[in-house]
Amino acid sequence: MINWLANPARFIRVSEKAVPWCGWTAAAVLALGLFWSLVLAPPDYQQGDTVRIMYVHVPAAWMALSVYLFVAVASAVALVWRHPLAEVAARSAAPVGAAFTFVCLATGSLWGRPMWGAWWVWDARLTSVLVLFFLYLGYIALVNAFDDPSRGGRAGAVLALVGVVNLPIIKFSVDWWNTLHQPASVMRIGGPRIAVSMLVPLVIMAAGFMLLFALLLMVRMRTALNERKAMALRLNAGAVAPRQPEPEPAVAAHTAIS
Amino acid sequence: MTRKQQRLGVLALGMAALGGATVLVLSAFNDNLVFFYSPSELKTKAMSADRRVRIGGLVEAQSLSRGVDGHGVAFRITDGANDVSVVYQGLLPDLFREGQGTVAEGNLRPDGVFAASSVLAKHDENYMPREVVDALKKSGHWQEGGAAPASMAQKK
Repeated sequence: MINWLANPARFIRVSEKAVPWCGWTAAAVLALGLFWSLVLAPPDYQQGDTVRIMYVHVPAAWMALSVYLFVAVASAVALVWRHPLAEVAARSAAPVGAAFTFVCLATGSLWGRPMWGAWWVWDARLTSVLVLFFLYLGYIALVNAFDDPSRGGRAGAVLALVGVVNLPIIKFSVDWWNTLHQPASVMRIGGPRIAVSMLVPLVIMAAGFMLLFALLLMVRMRTALNERKAMALRLNAGAVAPRQPEPEPAVAAHTAIS
Repeated sequence: MTRKQQRLGVLALGMAALGGATVLVLSAFNDNLVFFYSPSELKTKAMSADRRVRIGGLVEAQSLSRGVDGHGVAFRITDGANDVSVVYQGLLPDLFREGQGTVAEGNLRPDGVFAASSVLAKHDENYMPREVVDALKKSGHWQEGGAAPASMAQKK
């Protein structure tokens, strides 16, 4: 399976058909989810209508963690098996994950102000999610810091794998330590502590976020692969074409690569 | 051993070492990672009056009283076993009420009263519509404060 997926040419072919299908499904599911959660879902018995922030905040938080796990697994596959597509996948997923993390932090802040009475507190849950955001930014900076993409990919992969220790810390921070953030409502031992009428739109929104991620990942991976192909073609053309008489050959070679 | 297996081995070893190191660091820093102390913890720790701390627990039922000037409040924070009297001047968050979780930041005065400079509301993990709560109350399955007392009291 992993070998079948690792062929970039096959990925380009399969994803070409999957992208529009995935895009329309994501749009439909997100539209349904937003309507259900913002209009149909009941207000909370304590928080009233403010609880509707949850339908964006919680799926964004789930995606922030899942996308990081995806980046880490793809990085491990790229490091160990040297699959060409795995590195592209990790690199393409990271900015999307960073965006989800930012949405989670921003909506959390907007939610915290009216409910807790503070935009931000340095409790274990909030701080560890902020660290996750910085891990994403560090990974993106690192993979782009090298002229040789494969060296950048390898350095970034190590960083992504080191950052995995943060994931259980985020998940269990609310159980291990006293935090202002409340414990998990959905993924907990003993079943969800959330009414079904609110859980259904939440799950729909989560599915919509997942489809959105799949769409963005495929589009970004296709762009990255095409970019690599274009660069290889340009390098080949530069090597084969007869050298033009130039006053500064070093500058010409540099512009051809960049 | 192929190079692949070698790389896999190094990766597994590295992750195991990293995980072990993290567990050790977290257990060493355990006490510094808590956002607030419970009233029971406050009793066992000798706090100096000028040290700023946060205490958390539930606002004890029938303990909330407002000052004559209208903006000062006094209440007690409890974790079931112990409680602390708190005085505070300022705005309270919407969710602040008796039976609700709260976190107050300030310092413990020598007379044992906690002078708060900010009060935050903490909500629990239960989400449900008003009608469900009313139905639960009608059938007698409702406990004021939900699961919060247990989850807040258990924290050490």
